[in-house]
Amino acid sequence: MRDVSIIGIGQTKVGEHWDKSLRELGFYALDAAMKNAQVEKLDAMYVGNMLSGELTAQEHIGALIADFAGLRGIEAVKVEAACGSGGAALRLGYTAVAGGLHDFVACIGVEKMTDQQGGTVTSGLATAADADYEALHGLSFVSINALLMRRYMHEHGYKKNDFANFAINAHANAINNPYAMFPSPISARAFAEAKPIADPINLLDSSPIADGAACVILAPTSIAKEFTDKPIRVKATAIATDTVAVHDRRDPLYLEGGAISAQKAYAMAGVGPNDVDLFEVHDAFTIMSALSLEASGFAPRGGGIRLALDGEIGIGGRIPITTMGGLKARGHPVGATGMYQIVEVAQQLREEAGANQVKNARLGMAQNIGGSGATVVTTILERI
Amino acid sequence: MEVARYWRTTGQRYQLVGEVCPNCNNKIFPPRDVCPACEKEAKTPFAFSGQGEVYSYSTIHAAPQGFEKYAPYTVALVRLKEGPLITAQLTDVDEEEVKVGMPVEMVTRVLREDGERGMLVYGYKFRPVLPVSNDAPKATAEPARMPEPAMSVTAVPVTTHAVVA
Repeated sequence: MRDVSIIGIGQTKVGEHWDKSLRELGFYALDAAMKNAQVEKLDAMYVGNMLSGELTAQEHIGALIADFAGLRGIEAVKVEAACGSGGAALRLGYTAVAGGLHDFVACIGVEKMTDQQGGTVTSGLATAADADYEALHGLSFVSINALLMRRYMHEHGYKKNDFANFAINAHANAINNPYAMFPSPISARAFAEAKPIADPINLLDSSPIADGAACVILAPTSIAKEFTDKPIRVKATAIATDTVAVHDRRDPLYLEGGAISAQKAYAMAGVGPNDVDLFEVHDAFTIMSALSLEASGFAPRGGGIRLALDGEIGIGGRIPITTMGGLKARGHPVGATGMYQIVEVAQQLREEAGANQVKNARLGMAQNIGGSGATVVTTILERI
Repeated sequence: MEVARYWRTTGQRYQLVGEVCPNCNNKIFPPRDVCPACEKEAKTPFAFSGQGEVYSYSTIHAAPQGFEKYAPYTVALVRLKEGPLITAQLTDVDEEEVKVGMPVEMVTRVLREDGERGMLVYGYKFRPVLPVSNDAPKATAEPARMPEPAMSVTAVPVTTHAVVA
């Protein structure tokens, strides 16, 4: 297997892009990454996306974006794993380069959500859950996370406001990210008083619906230095699965898919959680941050939330998370999110994170979660 | 309208017909033909009692398409007496009264309707066990139960498996 590195990164601002279509967003991120890598040709493109069919009546977006970008003829396919689509696209790009099939591969994540009204988007997101045994009973995706949060509070004795620091930290970091949707702080009081969506989850537990696209260009590490001074090695990437429906899990409060994918990634990279300098968690809801930290070995069961309560998740903390704003404040264009995480970890390792720079960051990790934990992609990147 | 989609799960939705594993006796809902505990084939139909308790719950304020007019409504994970968790709405209950551990029982209700002229989709919801006597949960359980699976019930899951397979 060949060693693989990221030689270019690109992203659009996350937000409500009324004036831009899905293909344009995808192209802008791709174009930015190709220019960043100083490459003009690609062998293949893997496009992570969840809801193009549901929300924009457009599938077949691999070919669509390849053609729109002037790359007609190359291998290009969409990769779908709900909110884990972006991370999954990176994984497929990695296997293609590592396996020697391709030398230059673009991994894109793109989502266009704001063309539709709230109820349609809520239903679209619920397709990440079990259609017959969760969504048919009126469960929104938010409510499935709310069931987990309520049970977590019940089993571990936490109160609703104990989750506040996950959201406050994300917003504080987004202030310094020019690509973030909400570069503004929130207070503990605002968190406590935010309007309920699916009790106990309120608006400020939740990541926002958004449009956006992010992209990385992969190449064999052996030639990466010809294109960039700062190649970032893909040290590990691993996908693991769990049951789609929460009620089918052995223990709903344990992200088994998260634990398996993290263990596979640690083994592949030859590292452990103590070696990781920063961790982009999938904070679609505050409860997911806690569960992801626990599944990945940064905290014991019921202890993920303690890291937030004890101030360990900030830029200078024991394990900085959501360093550029996370899903909560950078925004959560679902199928693009996993690729934003990769781009942001790469920014940190290239020392291009500005005021949010984690000092001496050498090893960064991202965990991208599809659904409520049915697909989990863990990626570990390393500064060379 | 997705008639076939709703029709093929009527056994599950009307009568909580799942499966029992002939190898390890694990009770399975929803039916999945392979036992999640021992990974052996498990296709024997099994009708659940409909008794259980609330494992977790949430009141939905922002509802998905088709459920807007019911909001706010309360959904739950219910731990069935026979073992599995099931996802369902709670009904006939004030959301303030819902607690983790609250005993509940299955009832049949309208889940949704596909527009004014569309199909009504029925299915299970759970309500608090009605307090009747000292041993209320067990005493009320039996009359509230669906009849033992007869031809019609067993026929449905079998059809389901054939379609899914």
